[in-house]
Amino acid sequence: MSLTSLVLSVLMIGAVYFFMGQRLITRYRSLGKAKAHSLPHYHGLWAALTSILPGLILLVIWSIGDDFLFKQMVKDFYPTEILSMGTMDQAVVRAKIMNVVEGIAFGTPEPWIQAAGEAWISWKSTSDLALTVLAIAVSVGSGFCGYRQINPEFRSRNNVERILLWALALSSMVAILTTLGIVLSVLFESIRFFKLVPPQDFLLGLEWNPQFEGAERAGSGGGTATYGMLPMFVGTFLISAIALFVAVPVGLFASIYLAEYATTRVRAVVKPLLEILAGVPTVVYGFFAALTVAPFVKSVGESMGLEVASESALAAGLVMGVMIIPFISSLSDDVINAVPQALRDAAYGLGSTKSETVRQVVLPAALPGIVAAVILAVSRAIGETMIVVMAAGLAANLSFNPLDAVTTVTSQIVTILVGDQEFESAKTLSAFALALILILITLSLNFLALQVVKKYREQYD
Amino acid sequence: MMSNEQLINTKQKMEDRLIPDHTVGNIYVENARMSARKVNVYYSDKQALDDVNLDIGSSQVIAFIGPSGCGKSTLLRCFNRMNDTIDGCRIEGEIKIDKDDVHDPAIDVVSLRARVGMVFQKPNPFPKSIYDNIAYGPRIHGLAATKVDLDNIVQYALHRAGLWAEVKDRLDKPGTGLSGGQQQRLCIARAIAVSPEVILMDEPCSALDPIATAKIEELIHELREQYTIVIVTHSMQQAARVSDRTAYFHLGKLVEVGETTQVFTNPQHELTQDYITGRFG
Repeated sequence: MSLTSLVLSVLMIGAVYFFMGQRLITRYRSLGKAKAHSLPHYHGLWAALTSILPGLILLVIWSIGDDFLFKQMVKDFYPTEILSMGTMDQAVVRAKIMNVVEGIAFGTPEPWIQAAGEAWISWKSTSDLALTVLAIAVSVGSGFCGYRQINPEFRSRNNVERILLWALALSSMVAILTTLGIVLSVLFESIRFFKLVPPQDFLLGLEWNPQFEGAERAGSGGGTATYGMLPMFVGTFLISAIALFVAVPVGLFASIYLAEYATTRVRAVVKPLLEILAGVPTVVYGFFAALTVAPFVKSVGESMGLEVASESALAAGLVMGVMIIPFISSLSDDVINAVPQALRDAAYGLGSTKSETVRQVVLPAALPGIVAAVILAVSRAIGETMIVVMAAGLAANLSFNPLDAVTTVTSQIVTILVGDQEFESAKTLSAFALALILILITLSLNFLALQVVKKYREQYD
Repeated sequence: MMSNEQLINTKQKMEDRLIPDHTVGNIYVENARMSARKVNVYYSDKQALDDVNLDIGSSQVIAFIGPSGCGKSTLLRCFNRMNDTIDGCRIEGEIKIDKDDVHDPAIDVVSLRARVGMVFQKPNPFPKSIYDNIAYGPRIHGLAATKVDLDNIVQYALHRAGLWAEVKDRLDKPGTGLSGGQQQRLCIARAIAVSPEVILMDEPCSALDPIATAKIEELIHELREQYTIVIVTHSMQQAARVSDRTAYFHLGKLVEVGETTQVFTNPQHELTQDYITGRFG
């Protein structure tokens, strides 16, 4: 049986137990025995959960485990010289075996590979059969144990609640484990990179020239590859700073207008319109930046006698700023609305004007939320790729001048990893090192923001 | 307990529109600080106040009593134009402070509210330090020229509100960290700091325990010499204890007004009598 149909059968067995459990307790009740501790559907849920959970856990473990086991077992077929080869080459061999398993043949495979593939197929079918029998047996059996426990005194409600608690806790673990997994996977690749390029060259280097990688080996002359990350990080911060310079005042003012000044009718129209901005795909913003804003910036700059690159940091930053306005305005608007009316009344009662009330009472009270909104916007700005790729160019110039072409970390990662790449080269691995530093920076920014919020929250709550 | 017969009687009186067209008792006082003439207030289409005429005497405490929704808070909020902040609220008639019409464009609302302070039902200190709470009003009205002036105003207001001894060592701590009663006295001090002529209090003790309530009432007693105080209250004992005059409202009309002792011992109107003897409300 396929995995999907197995999961479905386990769920169906659970459903049967649900109705059996419910009926059992209803029968107790109709016989006039003692009043049941829990409602019938709790007893049903208990029977169903005791049957479904062990079945599903078995399915998950088995389907992860069997592949792993076969990988070990198939090594018996390897000729000795392959066993002494590196992990990369072993992976190639395994791919050939998997081709046989899938029935995709490129020419005639070597006989031992053919044999290994056939063995794999037979293991797989034995394992599938065993899993089918075992999964159904486990869910029927453990469900029956749960069902047998049901009687009027049995505390099904408490047990079901406890299972639910575990399910909720597990879900929250998923986010944490995913983050951890991402950091670790990036970390391991970065370590490989740092074996090829010394960390100090990467962290403090002022030049970024990965395209020369392999040039020396090929003997074609040209330059040497250099991996200094600073130009890209300066570019990232330059563009993000320009974006925030646009988005924070505009977004904040918009939210103050919406929350404090706008009539309900204006608000009902304007707020959704602002939020539509958040729904525009960033590629479209990229067009806008490259085709409209960048030439405009260039022509304005040149009419003032300035030298402007046709793909300038300013153009990308301006458009990115517009992109993150809705994040700031929408979140701040919610926060400002949450400030109690009593505080505004107090301020008005003392003779404050509207703007005094906003500045001196409402905004300080809403500050933690506003800071959180800005931080979210910063993370968006730092992580944004598309607009920069299209509007700011890919030249890794170390420059603080907003009129120059610069590039950002994310757009470099994209350029490095797009297309066919060899995985053992420093050029490819440098993408992971860049990502690692980027993650560290955004994490510490978030941490910093949390501290700021905490400090002010103590003061203002 | 009210007998069934009495209940029916009370209902009957309401249905018979026993509410008078003219207020019983003397609405005038000799030294009026504020006055309301022919005041009608509407919330959207609903009429909340119906033709109210009343003088507020200088350096007196006047209590507004009446069942919920009778319009007493609405009238209170007319005196410093707090109703301006409510959407769809419309006010007709004339409200004067001394000789000035509060709706006159020449009197702007900022200076009006500096003259007519307000204390709210729930203590609402700003989430700032105790000092900044008191200093807020003087700062926005530019009452203190120097830091020393401001310190003096804060200290005076806290003294006046009887809070100085309790908070003098923690002026930089948040006002929200005080107890409910202390918070309400902080709000009174905040109102006093602007040196208003009139202080409006909208059920200032309804969120407080009896001991905190007693302190606030004591405070009102002390403040009456210097300020004109209007207090809305649901507690008749409180009205009897703190006020010089009492006004009884019913369904948007001012039914009866008079000296507090007279209203409570010898009410002229049947509705007033029913309310203060606890037959309804």
